[in-house]
Amino acid sequence: MSHAHHQEGWVKKYLWSTDHKIIGFQYLFTGMAMALLGGFFAYAFRMQLGFPGKSVPGYGLVSPNEYNALVTNHGTIMIFWFAMPVLIAAFGNFLIPLMIGCDDMVFPRLNRLSYQIFLLSALILIASFFVPGGAFGGAWTAYPPLSAKHQYSLTPAGATLWLLAVALEFVAFLMGGINFVTTVMNSRAPGMKWHQIPVVIWMIVVASIVFMASVGPLVAGAVMLLFDQQFGTGFYDPVRGGDPILWQHLFWFFGHPEVYVVLLPAIGIVIDVIAVFARKKVFAYKTVLYTAFATGILSFFVWAHHQFVAGIDPRMANVFTATTVLISVPIAEMIFVTIATLYGGSIRLTTPMLWALAFVAEFLIGGVTGIYLGSSGSDIYFHDTYFVLAHFHYTFVPIAVIGSFAGVTYWFPKMFGKMLDEKLGKLHFWATIIPFNFIFIPLFITGAAGDHRRIHDYSRFPDLARADLQNLRAIATVATVCMLVAQVIFFFNFFKSMKSGKRAGNNPWNANTLEWSAASPPPHGNFEVLPTVYRGPYEYSAPGRESDFWPQDEPPDGEAEPAQEAAE
Amino acid sequence: MSKPIATTRSATGIPTGRLAVWWVIASEIVIFGGLLASYIMHRLGHPEFGDYAAHTNTWIGAFNTLVLLSSSLSAVLAHQAAERKDGERAAKLLGLTMLGGLTFACVKAAEWTMEISSGFTLTTNAFWSFYYTAAGLHALHVIGGVVIMGFVARDAAQGKELQRVELIGNYWHFVDVVWIFLFPLLYIAK
Amino acid sequence: MIEWLVPQASSYAASIDNLITLITVLVGFWFLVAQGVFFYFIFKYREKPGQKAQYITGEKKEEKKWISRPHNAVLVCDIVVIAMAIKVWVEVKQTMPPADAKVNVISQQWAWSFEHPGPDGKLGTEDDIRTGDELHVEVGKTYHFNLVSRDVLHSFSIPVFRLKQDAVPGRIIQGWFKPTKTGSFDIQCAEICGVGHGLMPGRIIIESPAAHAAWVAEQSQKKLASAKAP
Repeated sequence: MSHAHHQEGWVKKYLWSTDHKIIGFQYLFTGMAMALLGGFFAYAFRMQLGFPGKSVPGYGLVSPNEYNALVTNHGTIMIFWFAMPVLIAAFGNFLIPLMIGCDDMVFPRLNRLSYQIFLLSALILIASFFVPGGAFGGAWTAYPPLSAKHQYSLTPAGATLWLLAVALEFVAFLMGGINFVTTVMNSRAPGMKWHQIPVVIWMIVVASIVFMASVGPLVAGAVMLLFDQQFGTGFYDPVRGGDPILWQHLFWFFGHPEVYVVLLPAIGIVIDVIAVFARKKVFAYKTVLYTAFATGILSFFVWAHHQFVAGIDPRMANVFTATTVLISVPIAEMIFVTIATLYGGSIRLTTPMLWALAFVAEFLIGGVTGIYLGSSGSDIYFHDTYFVLAHFHYTFVPIAVIGSFAGVTYWFPKMFGKMLDEKLGKLHFWATIIPFNFIFIPLFITGAAGDHRRIHDYSRFPDLARADLQNLRAIATVATVCMLVAQVIFFFNFFKSMKSGKRAGNNPWNANTLEWSAASPPPHGNFEVLPTVYRGPYEYSAPGRESDFWPQDEPPDGEAEPAQEAAE
Repeated sequence: MSKPIATTRSATGIPTGRLAVWWVIASEIVIFGGLLASYIMHRLGHPEFGDYAAHTNTWIGAFNTLVLLSSSLSAVLAHQAAERKDGERAAKLLGLTMLGGLTFACVKAAEWTMEISSGFTLTTNAFWSFYYTAAGLHALHVIGGVVIMGFVARDAAQGKELQRVELIGNYWHFVDVVWIFLFPLLYIAK
Repeated sequence: MIEWLVPQASSYAASIDNLITLITVLVGFWFLVAQGVFFYFIFKYREKPGQKAQYITGEKKEEKKWISRPHNAVLVCDIVVIAMAIKVWVEVKQTMPPADAKVNVISQQWAWSFEHPGPDGKLGTEDDIRTGDELHVEVGKTYHFNLVSRDVLHSFSIPVFRLKQDAVPGRIIQGWFKPTKTGSFDIQCAEICGVGHGLMPGRIIIESPAAHAAWVAEQSQKKLASAKAP
């Protein structure tokens, strides 16, 4: 090995490291901290909605402008500073080199820089709460003219810091994405063909490419919005020849593919976990990849379904209805594949498996309710109601929360060399899943009854101030509190097991992929001998074999160990 | 820092550096693509943009096009020299390309000074906003390219990291192509 | 199904509700089938001592049919949904039945104002009636509206009509509705428009022809009186 092990200081080891695993942890812990912040915001504004006008314990009274800032930054944080860093950056960084059998990313210093830019962006976003006028409150979509002119938004510094933070986050993920894609293309272990790459790695790569291809126009759009805010240009100002709808196109051209950018890695994790704990080969592996490609490509042609009633040419809505509803075909197929993988399996309901199965059950609800919103006719009614909100939380919570928990509980032994406590893990699972459904099922109903979004108090709307609707809002609020409190169990389990959990061997789950042949936790450089790949990642329960798994790097019987790859 | 083994592998047969630069260029194309698409949409909706564009100086634009194209030529020659392992010659040719880039930037600065003093600023109207934003973003890429090229040329002169001569050349051609789109859109279409 | 929660008060509300019901039936059926199979598999194929999982690649044709058939079923349902969605969309947003009357809807931070035709029945004349936060319409008449915004984006939403349309500064957006039920209902702003977004309620008051005529007469009297006052 070319890596000499020397004593390094704590700062050099954990904060200034170029090791992909440490950078993965940096993303993981930053993402979890930001998720707690986003969760706290949800607590504050849900309390206001459930019990309007009452002082929120631990926060105080929620004024209308604070309410707007809280919902805006809850959305922004959960997508850009929780879902993306955890699902793509944390798992991508930790898993890619381990699962394709190499020692690090191809550009370790670029990798370190991408995290540092990401951290800076998170700090800027947090700082925006402490500037005069407060944090930006124009929704995570930041539609101009509200976001473009300070006299409309009333948050002169907050709006600019918000935009700057988001733009820097994009830069960080562009750099990370280039690293991921190049690494997977070029640095695979000898023998690993394209159809022997684990699904989760494929999904992270497709997601990175979709991100790179969709974010560009919004980067340009963000520059224009920044100029509108700071220099008084009129890109989005109709009075001066600009067009506010332009931003919506640029935003959703990115914003909708972004849904699939976070969805694909989560589905990848889920499929990998299901294969391991059903002891089954993934059903129709290549079909999974084709559906991922199809979803990635189709996702570029659906954006205007967010704008059906925004004042675009009504004829355009018909095209986008068709493309949007049709994207259900590849997504449904992915779900069918996971269900078909269960057929004939030997299913072990471990904690990671519970999370993976819950993903399928809950995501299905998010998937089918999307049909109502993709169809232009019914979207006229549902647009910008809580029905939309409940729908996308039934996609994003399975993706970001359930998918992350599936990944973290599955790879925890590899990350820290210890096993998580199964009992606490299952308790945490049920304490999270049950309240989750009690939050958003009621909100489907209030949305169908006409509750429109981003309203801090419904008492001024006689048709919505009914007691039955208010009860549903209160149920959702109580369930939110329960779901947040349940996370204490997770963090307790996480840190307790890290310190004093049962030792995990190299391969506690009897899994096939390459990371499980490295030590737990893997040392700097990952493998003692860089592995060679002989077969696909899902050869579970293969006929004629004693054991029910078959590691990718186990040489076929009777063959000599191959010559090691020489370190250059 | 020693390079990880990952960096030296090449499962696709394409060197890792070249692959990465292509991905950089791909993500840059969509950034400029978004900006230019926004401009073209505005342009089609506002025929008066043609009158505003009449105030731009086509001859200065054409001169800069020529400068940028010739600097791309010397970047190609530098790549050929690097292929022959002639680091010194590659460095000199890269120096010529940098000179072209600096000339471009200086001419641009003079041009903008003239325009701003005639009252056409970033906020005059949507056309001028696009003009300064698009050309400014491009100029930043030119300046950034010159700076990176300086580092590449320094190493190349000592015969180190010669493969980077090709990579920075590819980037430079991309910057050149962006200008090939900007020039007719901002200067010629009147 | 929506009518259980919100009354239908426009000519096209039923079309939208029926579309929603159709989607519920189609996706609801497949949703229950998928969940049923999913949970059945989890139960049936739970780990049993001494029993190994089957080895199925899913690459053979006769295996693939287990995903390609549901795939085709989804496709067929999708096409039905798309066709019905477009049909409703064309009815609500792409056709403008001839107008019996017109109103102007003006949105701004953070209030609605409405311009109704006066006793002459025409909009844009001296006797127009202008109100804040209250839109008065007559049941059974087809209305065209011109929607404008004075500052940022707003969205003109009347849940009982199933109507929603964003207001965009710099544009005049046209639309229509035909009230079918008397009563007074909420008007919402459904697009975030700043600090007072939640403080922008409006009311639509749908009146019988006689009541509406009385309201018009009363308003124009008031207007005349205030014009005469020095």
